[in-house]
Amino acid sequence: MGANLKEVRERIKSVKSTQQITKAMKMVSAAKLRRAQDAITRMRPYSNKLNAMLTNILSNLDGDASTSFGQEREIENVMIVVVTSSRGLCGAFNTNVIKAALQTVAEKYQKQLDAGKVSVMCLGKKGYDSFKKRPEFKLVTDYVDIFSDLSFDNVAQVSKQLMDSFENKEFDAIEVCYGRFKNAAMQFAEADPFLPVTKLETTPGETKMKADYIFEPSEEELLKHLVPSILQIQFQKYLLDTHASEHGARMTAMDKATENAEDMLKDLKISYNKARQEAITRELSEIVGGAAALEGGS
Amino acid sequence: MDIAVLTPDKEIFSGEITSVKVPGVSGQFEILSNHAPLVSALTEGEVRILKKDGQKMNFNIEKGFLEVLNNSVSLLVQGLKE
Repeated sequence: MGANLKEVRERIKSVKSTQQITKAMKMVSAAKLRRAQDAITRMRPYSNKLNAMLTNILSNLDGDASTSFGQEREIENVMIVVVTSSRGLCGAFNTNVIKAALQTVAEKYQKQLDAGKVSVMCLGKKGYDSFKKRPEFKLVTDYVDIFSDLSFDNVAQVSKQLMDSFENKEFDAIEVCYGRFKNAAMQFAEADPFLPVTKLETTPGETKMKADYIFEPSEEELLKHLVPSILQIQFQKYLLDTHASEHGARMTAMDKATENAEDMLKDLKISYNKARQEAITRELSEIVGGAAALEGGS
Repeated sequence: MDIAVLTPDKEIFSGEITSVKVPGVSGQFEILSNHAPLVSALTEGEVRILKKDGQKMNFNIEKGFLEVLNNSVSLLVQGLKE
C-alpha cells in the first residue's frame, strides 16, 4: 500500500500545479478582457458621432438613402467572414462561432454551397483550423493573424477589401459570424449580414430639433463618404467584440477549471488520508502481533 | 469654441480653440467661432488647429468628417499622421 500512498501524493502534486496554471491564466484573461473592453469604449464616441451625422443627413434626405452598398441583387457568390480567436482554452467559444457560421450557410445559402460558391474568410486561427478540413468552402486566408494588430487602420484594410469585392460584384452577400460580447460571463455567437446594407440605422426615438445644417458637399455626396466609414467602424466592432468575448470565455473556462481542480484535490486528499491511515493501522497491528508472539514464546 | 478630435482608436485632443482649418473634399476651409451648423466630408490634407492659448497643433489626415453645431466642433479623423 506504500506505493498507492506515493501515487496519490504524486497526483495531488500534479493537480495542484495544473490548478496554479489555470488560476494564472484566469488572471491574465481578466486583465486582457479589461483592456479589450477599454478598446470598445474608446471607439464609442467616434461611432456615436458618425451615427449622429448619418441620422442628420438621412432626416434631411427624408430617408431616401440609396448607395451602392445597399444594392440587393440575385445572390450567386457568398462570402462568410468567420471571426474566431487564435488561441484555444476558451471553452466552447470558437466551436459556437463556427457552428453559427455553418448553420447560417445551411439555412440561407445551401444552394450556393452546392454550387461551390461559398467563400469563407477566416479571421483568427481556430476558424481556419476548422474550415480547412471542409473542402466544400473556398478559403480566404490573407488575414488569419489579424488579432496580432487590432488597430483601426489595420482592420480597415480587411473591411475595405470586402466592400470593394461587393461593389465589383465578386460577392453578392457578405455575412460576418462573430462572438458578440455582452459581459464577461455571456457571449453570443452570431451571424450578422454585413453587405448589402439592409437598412441604414437611424437612432430611433431621438426627436432632436433639426438644426439647419449646411452640407458640404451635397447630402448624397456626403453619404457616399459616410457609409463606407460607418461600415468600417461596424467591422471593427465585430473584431473588438470577438476579442473581448474570447477573453471573457477563457476567463469563465479557467475559473471552472480551477474549481474542478479544487474538487479533485478534495477527493484526492480524502483517499490519501485513507491510505495513510490504513498503512498506519496495518503497521500497528503488525507490531502488536509481533510483540504478542514474542511474549508467547518467552 | 470647443473641439473634439477623435480617431476610431482614441480621442487625440479636446479643448478650447480659436480656429481650425480643414481640407474639405471640395477645398480647404476654416472654421471660426459662431460658425453656422455644418457637416462636411474631409479629404487627404493638413488640419491646422489654433488653440485658445495661441498654441498651434498641426497634423495630416487621410480622410475624415467634420461637424459644427452650437460652437462645438467634432472632427472625426481616419489615417492620422502626426
